[in-house]
Amino acid sequence: MFNKAEELLRLCNEKNKRISEIVMEKEIRANKTSQEDLMDRMKNILQIMKESSKAALDKEIKSVSGLTGGDAKKLEEYRKSNETLSGDLIISAMAKALSTSEVNASMGKIVAAPTAGASGIIPSALLSAKEKLNLTDEQVIMGLFVAAGIGEIVAKNATVSGAEGGCQAECGTAAAMAAGAIVEMAGGSPEASFHAASFALVNILGLVCDPIGGLVEYPCALRNASGVVNALICADLALAGVKSLVPFDEVVDSMKRVGKMMPEALRETALGGLATTPTGEEIRRRLLN
Amino acid sequence: MADFGVFDIIGPVMIGPSSSHTAGAARIGKIARDILGTDFNRVIFYLHGSFAKTYKGHGTYKALVAGILGMGPSDENLRNSLELAKAQGIGYEFIETDLGYHHPNTVKIVFKSLDKKDAYIIGSSIGGGNVLITNINGNNVEFTGDYPTLLIKYYDQKGIISKITATLANNDINIATMKVSREDNIATMVVETDSAIENKVVEEIKGLEDIIYIKGINPIVR
Repeated sequence: MFNKAEELLRLCNEKNKRISEIVMEKEIRANKTSQEDLMDRMKNILQIMKESSKAALDKEIKSVSGLTGGDAKKLEEYRKSNETLSGDLIISAMAKALSTSEVNASMGKIVAAPTAGASGIIPSALLSAKEKLNLTDEQVIMGLFVAAGIGEIVAKNATVSGAEGGCQAECGTAAAMAAGAIVEMAGGSPEASFHAASFALVNILGLVCDPIGGLVEYPCALRNASGVVNALICADLALAGVKSLVPFDEVVDSMKRVGKMMPEALRETALGGLATTPTGEEIRRRLLN
Repeated sequence: MADFGVFDIIGPVMIGPSSSHTAGAARIGKIARDILGTDFNRVIFYLHGSFAKTYKGHGTYKALVAGILGMGPSDENLRNSLELAKAQGIGYEFIETDLGYHHPNTVKIVFKSLDKKDAYIIGSSIGGGNVLITNINGNNVEFTGDYPTLLIKYYDQKGIISKITATLANNDINIATMKVSREDNIATMVVETDSAIENKVVEEIKGLEDIIYIKGINPIVR
């Protein structure tokens, strides 16, 4: 029914429907399921996202390796001090993203969105928008369908795997999915959703995947925190009327081409970037023994 | 262009931190239990490639033990699997090794018991929680655990394949994939089907002439 953003936008305009509605229609047709069933399944997913994005806010959760953890709690306490530079929404969003990342690194339950490594961004972005805009769970669930539609387009036409495309493919795609979703949740047009998604991907085009010790911890959690902020500001840009010069489908294609040009050392192999700094190497040696 | 559904992108629900190091590892462990049975008191995991290098940091060892205890990849008890194994009196050991030419995330799981010969499988976690089982007790195979699967060994004779496939067709079961290999005069067949294989179908095939062994396994959830 759609493989590209251009086709999805055409369907939205022809049927005068929102992105979430078109994505649901496609899923219902492809899997011979019902709207109720889809809503129920997504409700369960939202519940797990809610839990993971707050679990580490009031208690320190350490990773299996012991390398990282406790940062979500630090940020939440800092937010409560009311003396932050970037303000409540941004700090709270970063704390939520870190929470899911820390739950993930501690062998807790998360929703891969689109991957486990980038799983902090979408829950935090959508739940932060829900709080800010006083939305219902149903509106957040519709946002998750927008996110899924955008993610499908990236997965079909490029990749969402760090081993293939670097961090831009994981955290970049997650931020694009989140940005497009919260634009619709805030009442923006389908076009504005894809402008926001384009900005989010453009902003971190070329970002490498260089996890220390090969673990999904550092810098992964940090990039989830910056990823949710990326999503929020890109949604604001699009809601303000700023347009992406390059259409989303072409941005996705450029992400794919940049990924192909990226050396293997910078694609999740832990053979380059931060992973091979003296500190990164020292941590790897320590973890292996 | 591969197709993706909504819940391939927003999902799966899983235990972190890495779909290939935890979800995939738990599924390989569970497949080992489904194939080799529950009659074991000690398990040895030979870890190859990235599994050998990062199994501690990723919790792969806990996921593998959870799998051989029968837990699925989204079971929150996964992280407590070592304690649960001890409580059940099951011993385990992890050995870093080189299994030769294999996918980087590969494990050989050996089941030991007091009164039976060692039994093993070799499986790889190939990304996104997908797995590939490549060897069972020395027999090369290739299946994913995503479908109902039949493992069959038989004395190689003309016409056996058609008898097996006819039995499946008569029971309204469509074959998704099928692979046959042979060593000496014993053939190994792996059939993945689109619908569940009831016990009576397994019994029916077992009753055919020249069948040495048959095992049906259910798809392993993600």
